[in-house]
Amino acid sequence: MKIFVPVKRVLDANVAVRVRPDGSGVDLANLKMSMNPFDEIAVEEAIRLKEAGKAETITAVSIGPTQAVDTLRSALAMGADAAILVRADGPVEPLAVARILKALVERDQPDLIIMGKQAIDGDSGQVAQMLSALVGWPQATYASKVEIEGTAVRVTREVDGGLETIEMDLPAVISTDLRLNTPRYASLPNVMKAKKKPLEEIDAASLGVALEPTLKIASTLPPPARKSGSKVETVAQLVDKLKNEARVI
Amino acid sequence: MTTLILAEHDNTALLGATARTVAAAKNIGAPIHVLITGHGVSAAANAAAKLDGVEKVLVADHESLAHGAAEPVSEAILAIAAAYEHIAAPATTFGKSAMPRVAALLGVMQVSDVTKILSPSSFERPVYAGAAIETVEATADKVVFTVRTSAFDGVAETGSASIEPVGFSPTARTSRFVSRESAAGGGGVDLSSAKVVVSGGRALGSAEQFTEILTPLAEKLGAALGASRAAVDAGYAPNDWQIGQTGKVVAPDLYIAIGISGAIQHLAGMKNSKVIVAIDKDPEAPIFSVADYGLVADIFEAVPELTKAL
Repeated sequence: MKIFVPVKRVLDANVAVRVRPDGSGVDLANLKMSMNPFDEIAVEEAIRLKEAGKAETITAVSIGPTQAVDTLRSALAMGADAAILVRADGPVEPLAVARILKALVERDQPDLIIMGKQAIDGDSGQVAQMLSALVGWPQATYASKVEIEGTAVRVTREVDGGLETIEMDLPAVISTDLRLNTPRYASLPNVMKAKKKPLEEIDAASLGVALEPTLKIASTLPPPARKSGSKVETVAQLVDKLKNEARVI
Repeated sequence: MTTLILAEHDNTALLGATARTVAAAKNIGAPIHVLITGHGVSAAANAAAKLDGVEKVLVADHESLAHGAAEPVSEAILAIAAAYEHIAAPATTFGKSAMPRVAALLGVMQVSDVTKILSPSSFERPVYAGAAIETVEATADKVVFTVRTSAFDGVAETGSASIEPVGFSPTARTSRFVSRESAAGGGGVDLSSAKVVVSGGRALGSAEQFTEILTPLAEKLGAALGASRAAVDAGYAPNDWQIGQTGKVVAPDLYIAIGISGAIQHLAGMKNSKVIVAIDKDPEAPIFSVADYGLVADIFEAVPELTKAL
């Protein structure tokens, strides 16, 4: 079985986000970029399936600028076998990402796609569902457990109010939730080995997918600031403030 | 043109998320139809017909829709989509799973997690875990969006819309439902719509202490219980109590954070609460930067004392 794992290069989760004062976007210059945390979970799950003898090859795919090669090398160092960089310089909307992935799916015929449930920059949470719809495969979003049984995959999903288990016939699309696994760190020897693994580069334009955004971002502004609060010394003071000042109890 | 809303229900009752999505959609100014998908869902349809502002309730009843699988649900929407300019759903796990499929098959982007509707084509939505607010303009003829339910109050149940069945037969390859496991109750109060939320973090130390310290306070306040990711990962609370960027987003009147340091990913899920109270022993904890009232104290002493004082 062949697994595709789409990964995205995003602002590192621990970096404080700075919005440009002119409302033109978030400042990314000279800041640490990393693999989207949900995608790390997806790579880890694919590797575990391979280690369990359920998969033969894992291909990591990223769409973005040349620097996204670093993100792909991270996936290779974790244990992916090959990588594809689809070069695109401007922002690429989830729908265009799904269309690009569809073109690669039709070319390379993977049996399973595992990807993060959302990217922590755009917080859109759309690509897995869009790709699934475009290629006509079943989907399992928000996976917290994945089991392959022959040509079927059983997925436990984190849904509002609890957990749901569903089954799909391959090929299928899975999006990962936080509790699916704990991603491994790449060891130094594996980082070195990753440099020799195959990495194909394609121009997004060559896949015939329109990249012009269909949602126009008119402005990006900081959220309204909360008025600064105060510290209280005792529980009695807290109760008094909540009753008489905030009037919430 | 008209707005179509995908209803959230549990087969017997309509969930509050639907009334909140209707409230959001009223800002578009077009007539509103609600689509109920499921099997044997007349009670939910009757409840939807009572929502203020709803002109018509459509019911797609088919056994393939019984468990809310995204593939047939999105197909059912697609089958009637031609008549609608706006198609919306609450940003719940159900809505978020189905709607991007609808958008993709219509060839448009989805506007995810809308917090404000400025015009029929202009929306506000948070990005970067709520650290920035984007204003986006949809340029396509059709607009597909999901609604952050905590940003809108639900409409009243004063309406009397007509109910019409719509035919549906699935064709897409789909997943098969196996089982569903409900999480242990959080004091019976729904987290997403609670007026008061009592939320605990890693500092509670164990599942027993989490329950022992927080439950009496939640009961006193009629509050729902929530948790930080650290508390969920440590097994103190079930995963669907998690509040944050990747869990639930809440905006109650009162949010009490107990033993929660306040990572940005957690703040993303609660910083629009009207009043925030933080109780933690670390005076440097980032949670105090968003708290209206902060109490630096040992939670194992302060929280029982607070419960007693109420």
